[in-house]
Amino acid sequence: MKAPLLSVNGLTIEFRSRAGTVHALEGVSLRVDRGTTTGIVGESGSGKSVLAYSIIGLLDRAGRVTSGTIVFDDRDILTMNEAERDSIRGRDISMIFQNPSSALNPIRTIGQQIEDVIVCHRLQSSRTAYDAAIEMLARVRIPDPTRRHRAYPFELSGGMCQRVMIATALSCSPQLLIADEPTTGLDVTTQAAIMDLIREQTTSRRMATMLITHDLGLAAEYCDQIVVIHAGQVVESGPTKSLFQHPAHPYTAKLVTATPTLDTRLEDLTSIEGGLPDLRRELPYCRFSGRCSRFEKACNEAPLPRIRIAEDHFAVCRRPV
Amino acid sequence: MTPHLEVTDLRKLYPVGAARGRSLIKRFFGPQHMLHAVDGISFSIEQGESVGLVGESGCGKSTVVRLISRLIDPTSGTILFRGHKIDDIPARRFSASPYRRDIQIVFQDPTGSLNPRYTARATIADPLRRLMRMRSRRDVNRRVSEIAEMVGLPIELLSRFPHQLSGGQRARVGIGRAIAVEPSLLILDEPTSSLDVSVQAIILHLLADLRRRLKISFLFVSHDLNVVRLLCDRIVVMYLGRIVEIGCARDVLSAPGHPYSKALVSAIPSGIQTNTTRGHLTGEARSPVDPEPNICRFFGRCPQGSDRCMREEPVLRPVNADRLVACHFASET
Repeated sequence: MKAPLLSVNGLTIEFRSRAGTVHALEGVSLRVDRGTTTGIVGESGSGKSVLAYSIIGLLDRAGRVTSGTIVFDDRDILTMNEAERDSIRGRDISMIFQNPSSALNPIRTIGQQIEDVIVCHRLQSSRTAYDAAIEMLARVRIPDPTRRHRAYPFELSGGMCQRVMIATALSCSPQLLIADEPTTGLDVTTQAAIMDLIREQTTSRRMATMLITHDLGLAAEYCDQIVVIHAGQVVESGPTKSLFQHPAHPYTAKLVTATPTLDTRLEDLTSIEGGLPDLRRELPYCRFSGRCSRFEKACNEAPLPRIRIAEDHFAVCRRPV
Repeated sequence: MTPHLEVTDLRKLYPVGAARGRSLIKRFFGPQHMLHAVDGISFSIEQGESVGLVGESGCGKSTVVRLISRLIDPTSGTILFRGHKIDDIPARRFSASPYRRDIQIVFQDPTGSLNPRYTARATIADPLRRLMRMRSRRDVNRRVSEIAEMVGLPIELLSRFPHQLSGGQRARVGIGRAIAVEPSLLILDEPTSSLDVSVQAIILHLLADLRRRLKISFLFVSHDLNVVRLLCDRIVVMYLGRIVEIGCARDVLSAPGHPYSKALVSAIPSGIQTNTTRGHLTGEARSPVDPEPNICRFFGRCPQGSDRCMREEPVLRPVNADRLVACHFASET
């Protein structure tokens, strides 16, 4: 088996806060291969963004990696020094942030912001960077790129700003793209256009994409494999088709039935009882146990087994569906 | 029977500033540019019916919501509520009219639309005091508890402030405040867009249940067609201030008549079953500022556009018994 581009192994992250230590991620493992899209799915507060920030090295100072490794292209990101990380960040790994209008600098034109990335990584001189920026804008299908190069973020619509974010992220031809909710707040028509753009880049350049989303429909359509996270734990992972057809973890099964599709009836639509557990408290082995309808006493007496459901499809559960 | 709400040729235009680089003289004395937010729309909601209003951001959905709930005054057109003309009551005096109680809104952002200094109890009690003239504290408290039970909000949470509540609980407070005064028309502006799927299902069930029990009519505004389909009988599709299609929810989604509706439907992530390539919209939307009167608003993005679309703007016309489509090419089915 070929070595994956990115592999996260047993990553555990804690945040120290005044109200106690928040156990944000616990033993998260996943792998992302070149030319594929991996979906990270979970509710808000489940630790999806913390995972993304730890990979790109933007974790808040209060966050502490207590164990685990993040291996990118055969090197452990967590043991790198700041200079090494700087050279990777934005060039080999780049990220599309959740809210384009606040992630872009409001007082610089969008063209300048794309040039900044290119010049910073010394891929081009500042003179040729202008042409490169315009080419990037054209590649993400922004009409009239030479005029838009001079535009400020507030002059563009949400969909356009998101395209600029993608252009910035792709300007150094990264090997790994992390897209954190790239289409939240956009219209369905714009959403489809943006996602197609990301998919096209993934397949044509053999880039690896990590799509972080809470929209199961989106993940199902665009991802090759999916990792489901609940309260900082990976509960299930596997190829998209297998995972949606035979969800094994009760949480995945509930998520699937809670997502309306074109042929669900309102009566069939179920919700997930309760909320995420308080991550500051002492947590049971199974963090879903408080919400689970299949819960038994045995579930929280020993560490959970990782059960193989099908090829590459695993669920971390004592009583899978 | 008169419809619950009937909107005819409703228009809302906003004056916008002159283009940059114009001389001062032109800026002050030149022609005033108008943004056509809502441009002559007509539709109706029957008693107890649930109508979905869909379209992309900037198409005028929210302006329609504000016009119908009478938070702003229309430029022209009529709004008949149970046969009574309500468009001529000035927006600032509408809260004193008897119809205020009848038309209530659940706002899009449950956090931003709640007063951070009001507890959940005070939030729900406020309209009871103001609109229903409920004076005695005992009556108000009893009614608030009743409402809390109806929307599934635990009584002990009533003394909390918005920041102490979860997203789903805030959504319940917002819905509770709206139904407290027993409205007959409830306008829901993207009520679930800020919620997780796990909570969204609960709120959708709650809304369906309230509609059944209280027999209220819904105007459900959303861009999530999967959600609209679950709660609505009919769908109104808007594009750039105009209605492009009206029809029964199930039919519009299974066989959209207007090219824009087709694009909307095909853009829904369809899950794992299909891997078909979809006809995506290319190009940019036309500007809503001073739109040319004789060109179809969708021209330029429409895959079917022809010369005729540039000469003559299509009008909303019936294509069969319960479907209206504004497109030259819509055929009868």
